[in-house]
Amino acid sequence: MLQARHVSISFGGLKAVDDASLAVPAGSITSLIGPNGAGKSTLFGILSGFLEPDAGSVSFLGQEVTGLAPHRICRLGMTRTFQLAQPFAGQTVRENIAVGSHLHRAQRKAALAHAESIALRVGLSGRLDRPARDLTIAGRKRLELARALATEPKLLLLDEVLAGLNPQEVSEMSPVIRSIRDGGVTVLMIEHVMQAVMNLSEHTWVLNNGQLIAEGKPADVTRDPRVIEAYLGRGAAERLRTSGNEAHA
Amino acid sequence: MLELSILFPSILNGLTTGAVYALIALGLTLIYGVLHIINFAHGALLMIALYGVFFLNAKLGLDPYAALPVMVPGMFALGYALQRFVIGRASHGKDENILLATLGLTLVLENFALYAWRSDTRTIETPYTFSTVDVAGAMISTPKVVAFFGALAATAILLAFIARSDLGRAIRAVARERQGAKLVGIDVEHVFAMSFGIGLACLGAAACFLLPAYYVNPQVGNGFVLIAFTIVVLGGMGSFAGALLGGFIIGVVESVGGLWLGESLGQIGIFVIFIAILLFRPQGIFGART
Amino acid sequence: MKTLYAILVLCGAVALLPAFVSSGVVLNLVIMTLYATLLGQAWNILAGFGGQYSFGHAAFFGTGAYASAALQVHFGVNAWLCLPFAIVCGAAVGALVGALSFRYGLRGSYFALVTLAFAEVFRILANSVKFTGGGVGLLVPLKSSALDFQFQGKAGFLYVILALTLAGFLLSWWLKHSRYGAWLTAVRDNEDSAAALGVDAFRVKLQAIVISAGLMAAGGAFYVQYFQYIDPHLAYGPAVSVEALLGPIVGGLGTVFGPLLGAAALKLLGELTRNLMGDAPGVSLMIYGAVLIAMVTFLPRGIGGLFQRLAAKAP
Ligand SMILES: Nc1ncnc2c1ncn2[C@@H]1O[C@H](COP(=O)(O)OP(=O)(O)OP(=O)(O)O)[C@@H](O)[C@H]1O
Ligand SMILES: [Mg+2]
Repeated sequence: MLQARHVSISFGGLKAVDDASLAVPAGSITSLIGPNGAGKSTLFGILSGFLEPDAGSVSFLGQEVTGLAPHRICRLGMTRTFQLAQPFAGQTVRENIAVGSHLHRAQRKAALAHAESIALRVGLSGRLDRPARDLTIAGRKRLELARALATEPKLLLLDEVLAGLNPQEVSEMSPVIRSIRDGGVTVLMIEHVMQAVMNLSEHTWVLNNGQLIAEGKPADVTRDPRVIEAYLGRGAAERLRTSGNEAHA
Repeated sequence: MLELSILFPSILNGLTTGAVYALIALGLTLIYGVLHIINFAHGALLMIALYGVFFLNAKLGLDPYAALPVMVPGMFALGYALQRFVIGRASHGKDENILLATLGLTLVLENFALYAWRSDTRTIETPYTFSTVDVAGAMISTPKVVAFFGALAATAILLAFIARSDLGRAIRAVARERQGAKLVGIDVEHVFAMSFGIGLACLGAAACFLLPAYYVNPQVGNGFVLIAFTIVVLGGMGSFAGALLGGFIIGVVESVGGLWLGESLGQIGIFVIFIAILLFRPQGIFGART
Repeated sequence: MKTLYAILVLCGAVALLPAFVSSGVVLNLVIMTLYATLLGQAWNILAGFGGQYSFGHAAFFGTGAYASAALQVHFGVNAWLCLPFAIVCGAAVGALVGALSFRYGLRGSYFALVTLAFAEVFRILANSVKFTGGGVGLLVPLKSSALDFQFQGKAGFLYVILALTLAGFLLSWWLKHSRYGAWLTAVRDNEDSAAALGVDAFRVKLQAIVISAGLMAAGGAFYVQYFQYIDPHLAYGPAVSVEALLGPIVGGLGTVFGPLLGAAALKLLGELTRNLMGDAPGVSLMIYGAVLIAMVTFLPRGIGGLFQRLAAKAP
């Protein structure tokens, strides 16, 4: 459904994304993991049109979308969320979601009604008429998800919608994401919460220093020595293996 | 084609005005560089400084150049107080609010001047008002020559101060990394107010150099606001060297442009430069694209 | 819907005014308040709803004023026909300024300064060109007939400015209740988020400045008919830009009634100071400046916001 081929981008001297290629099959929940500063959000920026890659191309539903403006990409059916949830502060939760609903609904009434149904799906029903600025972090993450969902995307790019939530909130959100996929929306999610990655996603990509270093089933990937080293530093895989063996023994 | 005999004095005149422009723009760019705010009242505050010099001369008979030790600290104190008690409280985290507040300040100052001192345009007479200096065959008025060197000297003192003094170091630290400066114990609010004060002190000095060859009325600041902004964006917001060079460029463009197009149309050139720079090269002509 | 009824009742009440009040002074005050409301509504659409603060709305006002005046003076066109022409010209200038500024991503203070510079460029041009009468300005020929958009008494002008402000009210109301309005406020609050949700921010802002400029130009055309005179300073000077932004800031940014509330409050304040201090030059503008600083500092949501807060606190 989504394909990135050899995309690279640098900021000044820093290669934030370096010759990365990845694919997201339709109907899946795919995850993108990697240590802090690996370039995950930057890659999302390229996929969603906010950043223009120095090299490489992105195609979505068989169509070339490299360098297309973000709103055009959204209109094709790919909607992203932001890691730092930024609600339209002056507006209520309902109005916030309705901005997304308006993409396919010209009528104000229809959009507001649709916003309500979306709020129900992500568990924001009780807070529809609150000003968005009053929401907690968890509430803002839900709103970020709800707004994106309201555009009725075919592919959702979720940038750390679970980060900053407590375990209780994470376990509340996980079924929401699964139900979104079951509703026919393909999901690509950046996530640090490993338990959620394991639970939710069928396929995962690992980014480190701008390069994709591994891919596969989450359970396999997390055993990959390259991945462990990327997260924990050089030699960590070795140490982990020996200490792990001892622990299991 | 213009005769060299007209063009040369015109360029010299432009350079003398440019030096004073540079001094004014330096104050503006310092405030921008440190506080990241645009002081829209810069022109109106220059007007106040010009009235200060005028009244010191008219009421106390003080020579405008001798007014420097009064005007520079006076404007500094005004700036410190303004930032502390008025402008610093208006922002609520939005830079548009600062712009609106300093616009309000402009209205207050301009109309106060209109109310208190009427709309008359005033000039001062000094023994050297009409004397000239021969610069390579071109006759340049003495006050303009003094303004040129005075503005350059003031600029040099300011730059040395920023580069060498403890306060200068604190100012540079805050300009570069506000949060970090706070962490190492710099009183950021104080540095903000000091910077604003120094920015206005530049206006105090500029007014002393300007008035002998210029005039003052309540609207006089208007003309300077956009010119100062143009210089600042031309040189790159927050850049001292850029403001200096930008001042000379604009001074010459205005003077030579005026020769070609006449006084009022010549001004258009400056605004067109301003618009074009903001649109196409917001980092200034000397800044690197980031 | 409640807002819509309130708008209609209010405008209906003002429309009845000439039947009961014949004092030219009172009617003039009402006309000038509505006129300030119109300018405020124009500015409010772009800044209050769209978040783009212009310091140079005079560029649109003056273009409307000159378009109408020049057509009448040089070509003898009927003044009523000049009104739509003025609106189109103002909107075109808005499109030009907007297309340039928004295409190159100008925001915040930079947008404000660029609009101001545009207004200044127009002022200097108007000062130097024959077509606009140079520094002398243009005098609209006296006709004194309703067919020529000139009226014997004040009532006629009252109806015209009332109709224009009604249009401003309806536009503002529409922004509160339409997809376009939702997009515009979304762009105001966070451009990136809006773009991620499929909103074409450039287009939305461009449309806002065109609407805003058109309304402002209508104000300019009205001014020319009411005072029968225009010059570069009146048309493109900073006073008009300030008048346009002051009302909404005082009354409440991004609200339907803010511009009216602000215009009325400022007119009241103006009259008050005139009674207390006489007609001394500068006094009222000085107070307006202080009000502007005070509003930004203490009441960023305007008088309207204050009312709302008080109403929310009341049991
Ligand atoms: N606009 C930018 N300009 C300069 N450097 C940038 C920019 N955006 C990102 N970077 C740098 O690129 C690198 C990758 O950043 P990115 O935000 O993509 O990482 P990430 O994988 O999302 O990390 P995290 O898990 O912390 O969100 C970082 O070193 C960051 O500092
Ligand atoms: Mg990230």
